[in-house]
Amino acid sequence: MILSNLLLNLSKKIFTITGEIEPLKTTSVNEIIKTALTLNGYVTAVNITDNPQAFAYMGGLYPAHLIQREIGMETIYQLTCRDKNRLGLFSDLLAASAAGIRNTLALTGDHTTLGDNPNAKPVFDLDSVQLTQMVRRMVDQGVDLNGNEIEKPPMLHVGVAANPNAKPLEPEILKLEKKVRVGAEFVQTQVVYEIDQAKEFLKDTTYLNTPTLIGICPLKSVKMAKWFDKECPGISIPEEY
Amino acid sequence: MIITELKPLDQIINMVQPYKKIFVVGCTGCGTICHTCGDAQVKNMAGMIGGIRNVVGTIVLEYPCDARVVNTALYEEVGDDHVDAFLVMACGAGIQTISETFDTVCIPAVETIGLGKTEVVGRYIERCRACGDCILYDTAGICPMTRCAKGLMNGPCGGQADGKCEVGGWKNDCAWVLIYERLKKLGRLGQFKEFRDAKKHKLSVGPRELVWRREYEDDFK
Repeated sequence: MILSNLLLNLSKKIFTITGEIEPLKTTSVNEIIKTALTLNGYVTAVNITDNPQAFAYMGGLYPAHLIQREIGMETIYQLTCRDKNRLGLFSDLLAASAAGIRNTLALTGDHTTLGDNPNAKPVFDLDSVQLTQMVRRMVDQGVDLNGNEIEKPPMLHVGVAANPNAKPLEPEILKLEKKVRVGAEFVQTQVVYEIDQAKEFLKDTTYLNTPTLIGICPLKSVKMAKWFDKECPGISIPEEY
Repeated sequence: MIITELKPLDQIINMVQPYKKIFVVGCTGCGTICHTCGDAQVKNMAGMIGGIRNVVGTIVLEYPCDARVVNTALYEEVGDDHVDAFLVMACGAGIQTISETFDTVCIPAVETIGLGKTEVVGRYIERCRACGDCILYDTAGICPMTRCAKGLMNGPCGGQADGKCEVGGWKNDCAWVLIYERLKKLGRLGQFKEFRDAKKHKLSVGPRELVWRREYEDDFK
């Protein structure tokens, strides 16, 4: 399989930057295209989120496809286990590959009760480790989770998330180890504001030998900083910010 | 034990409103331990409903979830008397056992919360989802299907901080941090690293049924 630009860069150990675009509660893709254009040339690939914080937004598949087709930027199609069971996830992965998407990010997903439709049924048929395994089975063995053959298997790379802010950190790292063991090819972390924490995490996970992109989210306001500090598990923003 | 909780009274009143003759049924089993369906609660309910509707009788059955009990004890008690509706203070299994026995409306007076443990009187905690595929050995006796809000099988998600879960406002423990700590304490951390395959949800597709297998029958010979 030909490597995606993202994996090509990562495999050459080139310092790599990815961006993130959040489709919102709209049928308009103007903002998405506009944002993608501002990122174009600065990032290797752009993440397209999947209902982050359990808010019901436009699905990521079409925007990801559109950004690739119209702008020629590579995307990382994020998928969470919250809204779809293994059939739904499998279908979307086939569709993503058919649309020429090359990277996917296997996530657990924020819980429905924390989102804007708190009475929704949370799915979590798979967890993020099992989703990672499913992607690799689809790509490497050309089968679904039950072993049924795919006529033309997808060409996808699969990345995973990790949280360097987690306390205790060891179970988080042991879970990441499992993700790598089932075939995760790259790691994107939760946002980190303390440089030592990022360094520490990279040191602790060196043995996994998997390219890791540290999450950075520029703070736009004091209000945003306070929100992160208060609302996001484990994220603390140092005073000097 | 099956944990139950009294429904809001206005909801119960709305449901009993269309019926004249009400018969209140309670449960000596789990419902009594929960203090929701016992003798005292049945009397109390009969008193409250009695103010607006005609309560023609009450009974606290020994396991209303047992068809044999309903067929005998409740049948004998009600006899040929006309009852418009049973107000049932029992779990969903009890309510349906009665509903399947009589051609009479059954009104639930309690919510069925789940399978759990009694910590002290008044504090009951869900501990089992009856998934039909028990992994408690792997997880050091802590059920992630029940105690992890997402039912994750391979470790904690990003929604935990200091061992607490963001779902439910940081009051519950993260099941996977508990599992990690306990496995570590028992010298079994290797178990944590084992990859667990996707759940076989086929095993819990309802309605589930247990029919004695041969080996059970042999026990009774």
